[in-house]
Amino acid sequence: MIRRMGRWASARRATWWLTLGVAFVPWWGAAHVYGATNFDLEDRVREIASELRCVVCQNLSVADSPSDLAKEMRNLVRELVRQGKSREEISAYFVSRYGEYVLLSPPKRGFNLLVWGLPFLAIAVGGGAVYLVARRWTEQAPAHRPAIDPAYADRVQRELKDREQQ
Amino acid sequence: MTWKKLLIPLASVPIILLLAYGFRTDPKAIPSPLVQKSAPDFRLKAFDGGEVSLADLKGKPLVLNFWASWCYPACYEEAPLLEATWKRHKDQGLMMVGVDIQDTEANAREFLQRFGFTFPNAPDPGSKVSIDYGVYGVPETYFIDRQGRIAYKHVGALTPALLEAQVQSLLKGK
Repeated sequence: MIRRMGRWASARRATWWLTLGVAFVPWWGAAHVYGATNFDLEDRVREIASELRCVVCQNLSVADSPSDLAKEMRNLVRELVRQGKSREEISAYFVSRYGEYVLLSPPKRGFNLLVWGLPFLAIAVGGGAVYLVARRWTEQAPAHRPAIDPAYADRVQRELKDREQQ
Repeated sequence: MTWKKLLIPLASVPIILLLAYGFRTDPKAIPSPLVQKSAPDFRLKAFDGGEVSLADLKGKPLVLNFWASWCYPACYEEAPLLEATWKRHKDQGLMMVGVDIQDTEANAREFLQRFGFTFPNAPDPGSKVSIDYGVYGVPETYFIDRQGRIAYKHVGALTPALLEAQVQSLLKGK
């Protein structure tokens, strides 16, 4: 009985180690294939490519598009990053070829400032308008109170006095 | 108090102006920043085994056409026109180069054979030259003058009148 228990426990332990080992295989494999620096490189490529418009798509970045041209553009970004080019240099290259259209967020200058500034301006103007209207409503509230009939007011006062005397 | 009545019409003026500007521009027309600038250099291995490069063509007016065998019908429409224009003007010093993008070699060769292209054509591995020229799709045609400047860029299939006019202006130019 004791021996059987022992065997059972060791089998379970072996399974446990095997599971752990199997779980490590993908990690080891990935680390072996890519190496730490390649994870950094791919992050960098993704970061830069996500700011570039896939020129043959509708509202997709080069990082997200499955199109052939976007794939080639990612390869080119990867090559430029490997050459030590900075993010600014790489986007400047694409802008020099495709124009500012290739940037998913328009640069904050010139006519483009409208896109960046108008929403905030609209919120400010709208908020100001709401504030002014709300203030007018609260100020006008007393003025709108209906005038009380003096006879009625006298009667209320009289009846209150009577009640106190009772 | 009258200015309050004017406020709403006045506020709509900038919005109307903005819409007037926005609706009058063609959202599909994206101007190439390369026009009137010097054409990026390229060096490609042609289908016939030779090499084509911009540097070797310097001083000659060049029609640089980007195509693909899968680009139907636009590339199929302009292909006979390109070959005819090349035959008509090559003795005047005109150069023509075709760049085949994102294609398989077999399909590309079939395309070349079908239209009997006699000017140099080359595949663009990794689409590097296409990206360097800011190509969106096929067909696109660049007219490069003797100085190596991009004089004009055309997106879409060429028409006989447009091609002839641009070639004439290249041949006349310095």
